Order: sequence, then C-alpha cells, then structure tokens
Amino acid sequence: MRDLPVSTVSPGGGFVTLFRKELLRFWKVSFQTIASPVLNALLYLLIFSHVLASRVTVFGGQVRYTEFLIPGLVMMSVLQNSFANASSSLIQSKITGNLIFVLLPPLSPLDFYAAYVLGAMVRGVAVGAGVFAVTLAFEPAMAALAHPLWALAFALLGSGILATLGLIAGMQADKFDEIAAFQNFLIMPLTFLSGVFYSIHSLPEFWQALSHFNPFFYMIDGFRYGFFGLSDVSPARSLALVALAAVLLAALALALLARGYKLRN
Amino acid sequence: MPDAVEVRDVARSFGRVHALAGVDLTVAQGEFFGLLGPNGAGKTTLISILAGLVRADRGVARVLGHDVVSDYRRARRALGVVPQELVFDPFFTVRETLRIQSGYFGLRHNDAWIDELLHHLDLTDKAEANMRALSGGMKRRVLVGQALVHKPPVIVLDEPTAGVDVELRQSLWAFIRRLNADGHTIILTTHYLEEAEALCHRIAMMKAGRIVALDTTQHLLSRFGSLIVRLSAAKVPERWLARVTRNEGDVHYLELETYAELEQLLAALRGEGIVIDELTVAGTDLEQAFLRIMAGSATSDEAIVAAPVPEA
Repeated sequence: MRDLPVSTVSPGGGFVTLFRKELLRFWKVSFQTIASPVLNALLYLLIFSHVLASRVTVFGGQVRYTEFLIPGLVMMSVLQNSFANASSSLIQSKITGNLIFVLLPPLSPLDFYAAYVLGAMVRGVAVGAGVFAVTLAFEPAMAALAHPLWALAFALLGSGILATLGLIAGMQADKFDEIAAFQNFLIMPLTFLSGVFYSIHSLPEFWQALSHFNPFFYMIDGFRYGFFGLSDVSPARSLALVALAAVLLAALALALLARGYKLRN
Repeated sequence: MPDAVEVRDVARSFGRVHALAGVDLTVAQGEFFGLLGPNGAGKTTLISILAGLVRADRGVARVLGHDVVSDYRRARRALGVVPQELVFDPFFTVRETLRIQSGYFGLRHNDAWIDELLHHLDLTDKAEANMRALSGGMKRRVLVGQALVHKPPVIVLDEPTAGVDVELRQSLWAFIRRLNADGHTIILTTHYLEEAEALCHRIAMMKAGRIVALDTTQHLLSRFGSLIVRLSAAKVPERWLARVTRNEGDVHYLELETYAELEQLLAALRGEGIVIDELTVAGTDLEQAFLRIMAGSATSDEAIVAAPVPEA
C-alpha cells in the first residue's frame, strides 16, 4: 500500500475539500443556519415597518420606509451570518477537538483562510438572498435594483469582512462564551447603529459624526445605494473604505494563521 | 535513506512547565518503535511537534528528512497520526469522514482504499452510520482510518487501543503489524506495556520531558527485567530474606535478577531442608523494566542506555 499514484493527488485539493466541508456543515443544519435567520429578518420587517412606516421619512421622502428597511435587513443578515458561520465552525472544532483533522493535513494558511471565509460568505449571502426573496412578497417593486453590481460588491465585501472577523474571533476564543461576547458586544451594536433601521441624517449631528467611524455603516449605506441609487455618503468612498478594511483584515488573519495563533499550541 | 523521524534538541515549555527539555531521537524507516512514559512525560508533546500541532521552542524535527515547519507540506504528507483524544465531527458519516480526510490531503477517488480500510477496521457495516451513533471503540477505529487515508509511510499511534475491546485490539494490531511488514514505520505510545513489549523492536522511555532510556526491547528486558518468585514454604533461608518483597502467610515473594540466582535459591532451600509446597516464577516483563528505569531516573538526568539503531 505504500505508493500512491501521483495522479490521484490534486494540488489545491485540500482547499476544495475544506471549503465543501464548510458548506456541508451548515447545509446539514440548514433549518437553523438559513431558515431561522430568514424568519428573524422577516419579523423585524413586519414589526418595524408596521410601527415606523408612517412616522419616519428617509432620503427626503424619495423612498418609503419599508423599502428603505429591506436592504438594511438583507445586509444585516449577510453580515451576522457570515460572522456566525466562520466563528462557530472554528470554535466548535476547537472545543470538540476535531480541528486536529484540519491541522494534520498539508493545508496552507491561505487554504485554511480561503475555505473558512468563502464557506461563511456563501452562508451569509444565501441568508441575505433568502431574506430578499421573502421580502419581495411584500414589496415586489424592490426586485428592480438601481445598481445591482454595486449591491453585489458590497454584499461580497461585507460578508468577506465579517467572515474574516469570525475567523479571527474563532481563533482568539477558547469558549463559546467569548464568541457570544464578541457577537453581542461588538457585532450587534455596530450593526444596529450602522443605519439598518434609519438614515443617519435623521440623527443629531454628534451621532451622525460618530456613525462615520462605524465601518458597518459604509457597508450598509453602499449596499443600499445599489438598490435606490441614493446613499448617505458617496458609494465610491464607502467602497474604498470597505475594500481597504477587507484587505487589512485578510492580511491580519493570514498572519495569525501562519503563526498558528491559538491553533497550533 | 533519510530517517523516518529525526528529532534534534527539541524543547518546548508551556508556561513554567518544561514539557520537553531538549530531546534527541532518531527512528529508522521500517521500525516498530515504542515511546513510553508516565502521564506528563512529554510523549504527546513530542508527537504534536512532529505532526505540526505544536511548535517547538527550539530544535529541529524532520519526518523522512522534511522539516516539520519549513517543509510542512511534505512532512505532513509523510505522516499519519492517530490522536489520543477520541474526537470526531458529529456532522458526518464514517464514509464521509474518511472521504473528507482524503480530500484534505488532495486525494480524490480514494474509495477503493477507504473500502479496504473499513474492512480491516471492521467498520464496513457502519460506513453510512453517523459518527455520533458509534461506540467509543468504533470511533477510535475511525481515527485509525483517518490517519491512514493518505497511506503515510510513517504512522504515529498515540494510545490507539484505549477503550478498544480485546478482540478488536488483536485485529487492530494484526493490521498495524501488516503495515509495518509492508515497510511502514510505526511509532506507538501506549500505557499497555505488554503491547509495547510484544510489538516494538525498539523503545524510548520518557520522563519529565527527557528520554531516560533508549534501546532495543530485548536489551531493556535483559538489563532491567527481573524474576518474581512466588514461594510457598514454611520459611525463607536467612541469606535470602533481603530479596523478599512481601509475605502473605507462608507465601513469600522474592525478586531475583537472573535464573542463576534462582538455582542458588533452590540450593539454599535444599541445603536447609526447607520443603517447597509450591513455587512459581513470573518472567521478566517490560513493566518491571519500566518501573525500575522510572525509579532509577528520578535521581539522574543521564539517559540509561543508548544502543545503536538497528538496521531495518
């Protein structure tokens, strides 16, 4: 049994398998990982649009509040689920000990990074698409996007950033508790205070200024531009900032993986 | 021909604990090598460094000549590790688990070998069962399968038979022996010293992060083994009382070094007219050698024996 025919060893095959494993992992529990967040977003839409639709004016009245809310909820779902997938997959594997199956094979830091991040992005975008599809039942006119490629670019970059943050949080954490803290004390506040439910122009000046330091604001504002052609700040500026954040975080994650930070110790 | 495993001055600390305090070790290709020692001796840390699961603070570790850090892809492809912890991925079936593990090594279309592994590990009828549904012994065998999916030339088994019943343990060892006969190098850690004695050609004993004995199994047994004599008689000759380790009424246990001493004991019994009601001799075993070496090494940092590596 000693020698393997060289033809059966495919370069990069390790990445493909780890990526597929990451997809299978959430797909096997899709009720929890996809259906449940779609329902959550739908409940937000029903409650907030019912309570606020007649009271809130956004973009100077050019867009109805319910329409305004939909891209925000879609992007929020993309971001939260991308983070949740990467972080929970890694922490589960660390705590159950089965991470060893990924650490023993000859996978490079880039293989590892790409598989976890792409797997998480697929889940984030799938949930976002699910939320969008369901909300179309309430607002069919939303199907016509002003700039679909802009929306897609922000969705992909945003999910990539949150997936990378999830990967870093998963590496850093030793307990589920720490992931929950990261999620509840950082990701949730930054998402909720980023303009998912409101336009920052409706805020007092101080809070408006502060919102510009929230990276999530640019992701959601740019994504919304893809739907309406309207945004609180220039979409090109948002895109540049979001792309820069994505590159910096990817570099950090790769450096940590190359060191085996809290994985190989 | 490069050594299967080469470790030079490898040290690793966890906080103030020196898990490995500068270990040198060479295992030739084709050896069946035993790595023994009490809990906390550093065996698993050493294996983890070889497998790239832990980075050494200093020193060099190579698998088939490939450095485990700078040439990790080749080093890891050459190594199969059965981990000590009973770990599994609860999302997958046995077959999926083995296919995924093959894929991590870049292997596609590996089903023929996976089927053979399932057969040898007596898991064929569990191939489609979810990992959660398996008993501890079965999960352990899946771990063995996962370590072998890429047909590694060097196989490390860290306590592979813990929790596996006797019958399956025998079939597992028959399989591992066959792999060794086919040319695979086997490195085994176990607390079952009789297993190490029966299987391993050469043994390293570790204590407190150091190798305290390294020699062929035969050599260790002859140098550090002893005979335990269970003598049922009214008394023990005066001159032999120092050799008595314990008494249970008229049953006396004596520890002797050699069979020549046994003859002398019998002569003394005859000479003093002591009637032997019953006498049994327990042969030399690795457990005694192990206990002696561990007790002896407590006062010395020197390794006890270092014999040349046998040609494999």
